[in-house]
Amino acid sequence: MTSTETRTTGKIGDSPLRPDGTLKVTGEFAYSSDLWHDDMCWGVTLRSPHPHARIHGIDVSAALALPGVHAVLTHADVPGLNRVGLEHLDQPALAEDVVRYQGEPVALVAADHPETARRAAKRIVVDYEELPALTDPRRALDEGVPQVQPGGNLVRELTIRRGDPAPQAPVVVALDFEVGMQDQAFLGPESGLAVPDGEGGLDLYVATQWLHVDQQQVCRVLDLPPDRARLHLAGVGGAFGGREDLSIHVHACLLALHTGKPVKMSYARDESFFGHVHRHPAWLRYEFGASEEGRLAYAKADILFDGGAYASSTTAVVGNGGTLGLGPYNIPSVTVDARGVYTNNPPCGAMRGFGCVQAAFAHEALMDELADRVGVDRVEIRALNGMRDGDLNITGQLIDSAAPVAELIRTVRDLPLPASPEGERDIRDLPGGASNTTHGEGVVRGIGYAVTYKNVGFSEGFDDYSTARVRLELTGGEPVATVHTAAAEVGQGLITVEQQICRTELGVDRVVVHPKNTFVGSGGSTSASRQTYVTGGAVKAACEAVRAAVLRLASARLGVGGLRLDGDKIVSASGEVLASLADVLGAEAVEETVEWHHRPTEEIDPETGQGNAHVQYAFSAHRAVVDVDVELGLVKVVALDTAQDVGKAINPDAVVGQIQGGSAQGMGLALMEEIVVTDGKVRNPSFTDYLIPTILDMPPMQVKVLEYADPHAPYGVRGVGEPPTISSGPAVAAAIRAATGKALRRVPVRPEHITL
Amino acid sequence: MRIELTVNGERHEADDVWEGESLLYALRERLGLPGSKNACEQGECGSCTVYMDGVPVCSCLVAAGQAQGRDVTTVEGLAGDDGLDPVQQAFVECGAVQCGFCTPGFLVSTHDLLARNPRPSDPEIREALAGNLCRCTGYEKILDAVRTAAHS
Ligand code: FES
Ligand code: FES
Repeated sequence: MTSTETRTTGKIGDSPLRPDGTLKVTGEFAYSSDLWHDDMCWGVTLRSPHPHARIHGIDVSAALALPGVHAVLTHADVPGLNRVGLEHLDQPALAEDVVRYQGEPVALVAADHPETARRAAKRIVVDYEELPALTDPRRALDEGVPQVQPGGNLVRELTIRRGDPAPQAPVVVALDFEVGMQDQAFLGPESGLAVPDGEGGLDLYVATQWLHVDQQQVCRVLDLPPDRARLHLAGVGGAFGGREDLSIHVHACLLALHTGKPVKMSYARDESFFGHVHRHPAWLRYEFGASEEGRLAYAKADILFDGGAYASSTTAVVGNGGTLGLGPYNIPSVTVDARGVYTNNPPCGAMRGFGCVQAAFAHEALMDELADRVGVDRVEIRALNGMRDGDLNITGQLIDSAAPVAELIRTVRDLPLPASPEGERDIRDLPGGASNTTHGEGVVRGIGYAVTYKNVGFSEGFDDYSTARVRLELTGGEPVATVHTAAAEVGQGLITVEQQICRTELGVDRVVVHPKNTFVGSGGSTSASRQTYVTGGAVKAACEAVRAAVLRLASARLGVGGLRLDGDKIVSASGEVLASLADVLGAEAVEETVEWHHRPTEEIDPETGQGNAHVQYAFSAHRAVVDVDVELGLVKVVALDTAQDVGKAINPDAVVGQIQGGSAQGMGLALMEEIVVTDGKVRNPSFTDYLIPTILDMPPMQVKVLEYADPHAPYGVRGVGEPPTISSGPAVAAAIRAATGKALRRVPVRPEHITL
Repeated sequence: MRIELTVNGERHEADDVWEGESLLYALRERLGLPGSKNACEQGECGSCTVYMDGVPVCSCLVAAGQAQGRDVTTVEGLAGDDGLDPVQQAFVECGAVQCGFCTPGFLVSTHDLLARNPRPSDPEIREALAGNLCRCTGYEKILDAVRTAAHS
């Protein structure tokens, strides 16, 4: 919540340090769970224990009677429309007559100690009548199954029909694949503080990915105009898609307005597993037809995503899975059917790389199968079929900038391989590690490859924009720029990028990043790898407007035209230095606000799926090297190397950091990360049972960054955050297949899949 | 109950502490020291790591009452009067901090590792930090930071 300033110089292409780095290492950075206010109370949520039940009544009297309790609220206390949702308003902020998943919020308590609030919540008596639950998404569209939502169980169906409707090919390969439910597992719990203003409005300090959409949703439920519910970005402890939907937002505000007191909410880790959406599990059936040489003639894909009880981002996930789900390949004839359905499982929504992550496991496994069948090297078959600049993708959209699929996959192949194991090995390097399960016997090495692509920014006709306000003035005799956007910094380093752009465009050293809030226009979502592109574009455009205004001022003062800014000097058309920026500014402050939109996209044709759905594509490849203890089914990833085209690396060190972190998440899905749901109930809502990679699990990573500028994007940038999460997992799965000879048609790969 | 303890060299006391409160909760919510983080509160992530009498512990697993009379050092106590500790400096400079939620725990664990073993090998670093989760970095730059701190 404090503004951050740094004097570290660094323009685009440099790697200046993050301006919040020092606060983060001293413990002073204020995360959403650190907030504190005099006289605040603590809010907790009572959630449904059932995946599907009717509510006949809620008795809050025993809870209210507990000393220290300030409020107990249910849906009856919601002043506005009791509906939230990113794409469909289908979810009550607090359950009404039905709960549709285990963990659905039913009631709220505010008390002066969190334990008092928890104890009070346990005293709330909810009269549930359990209903039959739909928990198998493959049956969601059958006759006679429970209807999860009033409009039926289909969220979205997407079809693509391109080329020959009945294609034939001499070589045909096919497979079925299944992807488990992954969790974002950001470390900072969902949390925030709502502070009433005493006049019926409030300020909400919260960790989120898109302040303005949250504000819209909060205002709808609270029945407040936007100026009465002001949102401020609190420190965010990671997001990865899991903060696109609301968590504590509306609940904390309801409690604050009812009690008239500041209310803090902060989920414990087990609640966090129920308090945000997950990555959609998917069932995929794929078929490739190809020539004897391995050139693709056609592809067919049938993809099913389990959206769980509420839609969240399912529409967009189906959009990505359908339009991008055949991978970065040239395919003349295409049939795709992608569906997202409602069930009584936990709601699924956004997570890094959505739609593409699931599909990539299938198309990359099938590409290996095709390579083996036709006797072509697994790298070269990808180079042979890979997209290039000027190709059309499966929705008929022209790829109008670099698409270096062949170069990426060959680049990872050519990176140095880890030494082959010889002689006595350090057990810490072996599968099982210090558990001492093997000294090398039964351990087989395998190498796997994958290449994938992802859309950047919001697609299918969405008006995707960001807003930036840039102010330039003298402070202590020195020009200082202040940049104000509402674009969420979630750890990725957007604030560093904003500073770099200001320094580059305005020739100043000092750039203050204004706290993020809703007092400036929307920055759009921190998702879809879009902020450097879109908010970066907005900051650049605002700087250009400021620069133009400064030059107008200089022309007026100096009485000459044709001026330009060179560093912090005003120079004439002939290059003569006429004044410094400081001289020209004097006591004036120049401020400009710009709303910047990326190139429009369009909706796809509902029958053929054809259209210019996406604004930009980003490509990456991975090579994984694994050692597998084939007797115990334990896997050690020995190397995970990658190449990615980032267009232009605005901050090369931060780019590498994104690629490394993204690769780890993809590896996690391949090997260990799954929310286990049986009969609609989550079995492992803890870090004891939901495993994410530790420093012992992660191998060294070689990262090769290519920079083929996209001529349509600011500075040529290409989104960075998601591609590594898409290609790393399939490469790991391929490496395990190579080591074991097993088909492995499901991730995460478990030991029993290898040994049985 | 009432507790008294030393944190970062200063005496602190807190009244009306409920028996079920952890040291982490007491630090964060009663003593105004929210630097230690609460990513899991079940001993799995290391984000709450502090020194207690010189030994790193998960403060979420220590009852506040157990800290009675003890000497605690948190991330807020790592920097000296002359600036950041070399471990903190290295984390900033090597890009080991993204969201930073894991960082306080990593800093204390690394500080302890380097005090015991000033020149750790990579396997020793990995072993020492195996109890600290990071979701953002993939750990590569954390390893860089530890190596850098060891050489500074
Ligand atoms: S918060 Fe203590 S180990 Fe996670
Ligand atoms: S930097 Fe975000 S969890 Fe480590």
